[in-house]
Amino acid sequence: MAGNPARRARLRALALVAPLLIFVGVTFVAPLATMLMRSVHDPVVADALPETLALLEGWDGDGLPAEAVYETAARELERSNEERTIGQVAGRVNRVQGGLRSVFTSTARELRDARLDTGAAQDTWRGTMTAIDSAWADPAPWHALRTAGERFTSRHYLNAVDMERLPDGAIGRQPEERRIYLRLFGRTMLVSGAITVLCLLLGYPIAHLIARAPPGRADLLLVLVLVPFWTSLLVRTTSWIVLLQTQGVINDVLVAIGLVGDDGRLAMVYNMTGTLIAMTHVLLPFMVLPLYSVMRGIPPQYMSAAASLGATPLQAFLRVYLPQSLPGVGAGALLVFILSIGFYITPALVGGSDGQLISNMIAYHMQTSLNWGLAGALGGILLVGVLVLYMVYDRLVGVERMGLS
Amino acid sequence: MSGNDVHVEFAGVSKSYDGRTLVVRDLDLSVRTGEFVTLLGPSGSGKTTILMMLAGFQTPTGGEIRIGGRPIQNLPPRKRGIGMVFQNYALFPHMSVGANLAFPLEVRGMAAEERQARVGRALALVRLEELSDRRPGQLSGGQQQRVAIARALVFEPELVLMDEPLGALDRSLREEMQYEIRRIHRSLGVTIVYVTHDQQEAMVMSDRIAVLRDGVVEQIAPPEGLYEEPERAFVASFIGENNRLHGRVAGMVDRDVCEVETGGEMVRALKVAPCEVGDHVTLSIRPERVEINPEPGRYRNELRAEVEDLTFLGDHLRVRLAACAREDFIVKIPNVLGHGGLLEGDAVRIGWTASDCRALNHEGGDE
Amino acid sequence: MRVNMPGLLAAVLAMAACGTGSDAPRSITTVSWGGSYGRAVNEGANIPFAEQTGIRVEVEDYNGGLAQIRAQVDIGEIHWDVVDLEIADAVRGCDEGLLERIDITSLPPGADGTPAEEDFVDDGRTECGVGNLYWSTVYAYNADNIPGEKPATMADFFDLEKFPGRRGMRRVPKVNLEFALIADGVPLDQVYATMDTPEGLDRAFAKLETIKDEVIWWEAGAQPPQMLADGEVVMTTAYNGRIFNAQVLENQPLVIVWDGQLLDVGQVGIVAGTPRLEEALQYLAFATSAESMVRIARRISYSPMRKSGMPLVTTHVVAGVEMEPHMPASPANVARALRYDWAWWVDHADELNERFSAWLAR
Repeated sequence: MAGNPARRARLRALALVAPLLIFVGVTFVAPLATMLMRSVHDPVVADALPETLALLEGWDGDGLPAEAVYETAARELERSNEERTIGQVAGRVNRVQGGLRSVFTSTARELRDARLDTGAAQDTWRGTMTAIDSAWADPAPWHALRTAGERFTSRHYLNAVDMERLPDGAIGRQPEERRIYLRLFGRTMLVSGAITVLCLLLGYPIAHLIARAPPGRADLLLVLVLVPFWTSLLVRTTSWIVLLQTQGVINDVLVAIGLVGDDGRLAMVYNMTGTLIAMTHVLLPFMVLPLYSVMRGIPPQYMSAAASLGATPLQAFLRVYLPQSLPGVGAGALLVFILSIGFYITPALVGGSDGQLISNMIAYHMQTSLNWGLAGALGGILLVGVLVLYMVYDRLVGVERMGLS
Repeated sequence: MSGNDVHVEFAGVSKSYDGRTLVVRDLDLSVRTGEFVTLLGPSGSGKTTILMMLAGFQTPTGGEIRIGGRPIQNLPPRKRGIGMVFQNYALFPHMSVGANLAFPLEVRGMAAEERQARVGRALALVRLEELSDRRPGQLSGGQQQRVAIARALVFEPELVLMDEPLGALDRSLREEMQYEIRRIHRSLGVTIVYVTHDQQEAMVMSDRIAVLRDGVVEQIAPPEGLYEEPERAFVASFIGENNRLHGRVAGMVDRDVCEVETGGEMVRALKVAPCEVGDHVTLSIRPERVEINPEPGRYRNELRAEVEDLTFLGDHLRVRLAACAREDFIVKIPNVLGHGGLLEGDAVRIGWTASDCRALNHEGGDE
Repeated sequence: MRVNMPGLLAAVLAMAACGTGSDAPRSITTVSWGGSYGRAVNEGANIPFAEQTGIRVEVEDYNGGLAQIRAQVDIGEIHWDVVDLEIADAVRGCDEGLLERIDITSLPPGADGTPAEEDFVDDGRTECGVGNLYWSTVYAYNADNIPGEKPATMADFFDLEKFPGRRGMRRVPKVNLEFALIADGVPLDQVYATMDTPEGLDRAFAKLETIKDEVIWWEAGAQPPQMLADGEVVMTTAYNGRIFNAQVLENQPLVIVWDGQLLDVGQVGIVAGTPRLEEALQYLAFATSAESMVRIARRISYSPMRKSGMPLVTTHVVAGVEMEPHMPASPANVARALRYDWAWWVDHADELNERFSAWLAR
C-alpha cells in the first residue's frame, strides 16, 4: 500500500501537465506529423480512380493503353466529377505534368453528355475521350496519372531538391529552367547566415553594455531593445523602405551633405542590402536577449582577475569573457538563424529579384497552389537542416548550457 | 633583500566614489618587503577599496601610491605585477586548474616547457598536484581556494593581495587555510596585503594589522601590540574581549597614570589618550587581567563586586559581576586551580594593576 | 433589503427569452480583400444589406487562395460564409467541392428588369461563382517624373531607351508574361495561344529579360502607387483601383495606360456546407444585384458585370468625378484589353511559378 500515495502524486502531476501536453500535441506535434505525412503520402488520386490505376499497372508504357483502361477511366472520371473530387485529382495530375488539369476536368464534365448524346457517340471510349480532348490520343496523360496515383511517393522530395523521376524510372535532374529549390535553399542559408553574423556583431556589444549597466539603466536599455516588438512587422519593414529608398531619407541626407551626387544615389533597398538591414533590425532582440542573460551571469571579477594576472584587455576578452559568453552566442545565433530561415514577408518587400527565400515557396505551395505535399517536403528538409544545426550546436556547446534562462 | 625596505607606500591617499563622502581618508601606510599586513575592519571601513586601489581597479581621488618607490597610479593592473586572490576566487570556470594556472604565464609569452614546470611547482606548493586536469567546478571550496592562491603566485609576483579569501569557507577549513597561507608566506617571502573583517584570522597570519574604521587607520601594530596596547577604544573592543568603563579624569598621579572616577569608584589607569582633568575617557580592562579576591593590598585598584553569573567554558570560567555600577563586568579565571568555590550572589573583591587598565579616548565623543 | 419580486421575475423571463434564440439576431461572415475595395463593398453592399434584412454582416479580410476555405471544409467547422474570390480559385474551389453551386436564374433581375441570366455578361460565368466586378492590371506612371513625351503603349513600358528608369512589376509570372508578349508585338487575341507553346514562353521570358535589371518587384497592391509617388520607379504595373484612389482621392499626378490592360473578373462564392446557407444566398443575391454593383463602382473604379448596371455608374460619391474614364470595362478602355485566361493559368501556374522563381534567382 506504500506505493499508492506515490502513484496518486504521479497521477496528479500528470493531470496538471496534461493540458500543456494536449496543447503541444494538438498545436505542434499533430500538424507537424500531418505535414510530414502529406509529403510522402497522397491517397487522393488512388482513392478516386482505383480500378484505372490497377489496370494501368499492366500497361507497358509504350503506346496507348488498352480500351478497357479507357472504359474504366471514363467511368471513374465521371464518378469523380459527381463526387466533386475531380478538381483535386486533376490538380495532382497537373503537378506531374503542367497543362493536364483542364484535360481531366473538362473530360470528366463532358463525359456524361457524351454518354447521353448517343448520336455523337464513338464506337470506343478511346474515341469518345479523344473527341473531348485530343490529349487522350497521347500516352502523356496516362503516364502522369500513373505517377500521381502512387499512394506513397518520393516525388515531392525529389521535386524539392530539383530532381524528378524520368519516364524510364531513373532519377534525374529537373530541366534547367525549373531548377529552383536547391538554389533557394542555398540562398536562404546564406542570407540567414549573414543576418546571424550581423546580429551577432551588433548585438554582442549591446548585450555587454546592458549586462554591465547599473540595474535601473539596464532595464531602460532592455526596454529600448524590445521597442521594435511593439510595432507590427509590416510597419517596421515599410519604414525601412521609406528610409532606404533612392528618394528616401538617408539618400536625401547623403545628397544634402554632399557625400553622394544627386544622380549617384545609393541603392539600399529592393536588393540584398535592404534585406540584410531590415531583417537584422527585426531579429536583433532575439540575439541580444540570450546574450544578455548569459553575460549577466559572468561576474565582472573574472575580467579583473585576468587583468591582475597580466592579460591585456583583448587577451582577457578572448580568453576569459568570450568563452564564457559562448552559450549565449550559440543560443542567440541558433534562434536568429532559425527565425530568419522562416522569414519571408520582409525579404519579399525589401528584397529585389533575390528577395525570394525558400519560405516564400512554402507559403506559395501552402496558400496558392495548394500543393501541400511539396510544401511538406520543403518544410521537412528545412526541419532536418535545423535539427542538424541543433545537434552540431549540442556537440560544440552543449544544449544544457544554452543561455535561455 | 632587506627586510626593512618599504615595498608599498600609501601617502595621503583618499578615495571618494560620489565626490562627497570619503571612503578612504588621507591614508598613510607603508608595508615592508616580505611583510604580511592585514587590513582589518568592519564592512564599509574602506579596506577593500584600499586593496582595489593598490591592485589598480580603483583610482585614488588624491594622494599617491608607490610600489618600490615608484608611483603607480598610471600603471594599468596588468602591468603592476601583483598577484591577487579574489573574494570568490574568480577561477575561470571554462579552464582546467592547470590552464588557470598557466594563464598568467601564457599571456606573458612564456615557453610551454617552462610554463609546465612552474604550474607544477605552484600546484605542489598548495599540495594539489593531482587535480591539474579538473575544472574549478569539480573542486571543493578549500581546493578552489588553494588553486586561487597558486594562480596568484605562479608568475612569482613580489606582492600578493588577498581580498577576504576565506570568507566562503566553513570554520574548520578556514583555520586550516590560515595556517596554510602563513606557511606559504613564510616559505616564499613575498609581501602580502590581506583584507578581512575577522580579527582572529588577522591575528593568526599577520606581521602587522591595520585596524580601519570609516576610511581611517585607527592603529597599525603587530597582533600582540594591538591586543595588549590598544590606543583607541574602537581597537580595544574590536580586537578581543574587554570591559569598557566610561568615566571622567579626576586627577593626575604622574605623567603616565591618571585617576578616573567611574560608577562611583576611583580607579588608576594608564594614560593612553592625551587627557586633562575633567575629560571623559573610556577605560579598557581585559577580563583575564582581573583577579578575584586578591591578596588584600596587592592592587591599588581594588573594588567590591557581586557575582551575578558563572559560566564554565572548559579552559576558563567566565564570571559576570556587578561592579562600578554595571552588571556586565566580565572576569575570566583560567581553569588551572579550579574556580575557588565561587557561587552566584557571592560578594567579592576584584583588583587589577594600573598598567592593565588603559584610559582611551571617550567612545561617545568620538561618534 | 427587500427584493422587488415582480421586477426580478421579469428580468429572468427576459433572459430566458433571449436564451431560446428564437429572435436572436442572425449574422453571416463575408470575407474580402480589405483596403479601399473592402471599404467600398462594405458601404455599397454590407451596410445596406444589414439595414434591409436585419442580418448582421461580419467582415474578415484575407489575401486570396483556397487554403483557409479548404481547411474549414475539411474539418467541417465552417465560419466563413461568403467569399470574394479570384476567378481561378472560384473554378478550382468548385471542382474540389469547396464551394456551393449557384443557380444564376435564382438571382434577382437587372435594374431594368432583364432576367439575371441575360443581365450578366458572359465573362467569368462559372458554376460556383457569381461575377461581380471587372478589375484590371494596368501600368501607370507619374506625370511629374516623365518630362516630354508620355508612354502610351505596352511597348513603351518595356522600352528603356525611350523611357529610361526603374520599373515596378508584381513578383509573379501571371500578367508579366502577357504584358511581355503584347509589348513584343503579339496581337491580343494570340497572346494565350503563343503562351501555350514552349517557344512562346521562351519569347515572353526573353522580353522580360530585357528590363529585368531595372525592375523593382512588388508584393502588395499598396506598393505601386507609393513607389510612383516616391519616385522610386518611373512606371509600374498596378491594380487600376489603387491608382484611381491615388489619382482622385489623393490628387497624385498618376496616369494609367490602358493599352494592353489585363481585364480580370471578381467572383463571389459561398463556402460549401455552411450552416447559414439561406442567409448566405440572400446576401449573395443582394451583393450581386445591379444596384449593389453600382454603389460599389461609385466608390472604387471597378466595372459592374451586369449590363443593366453599367450605364448607372455616374460619379464618385466623394470626389464627384465622372467614373466612366476610369472604368476598366468602359468602351474606350476595353478596346485594347486582354481578357485574363484563368483556365490557362489554372493549368500552368505551378510550373510557371517555378520557372519564374528560377529565372528571378538567376
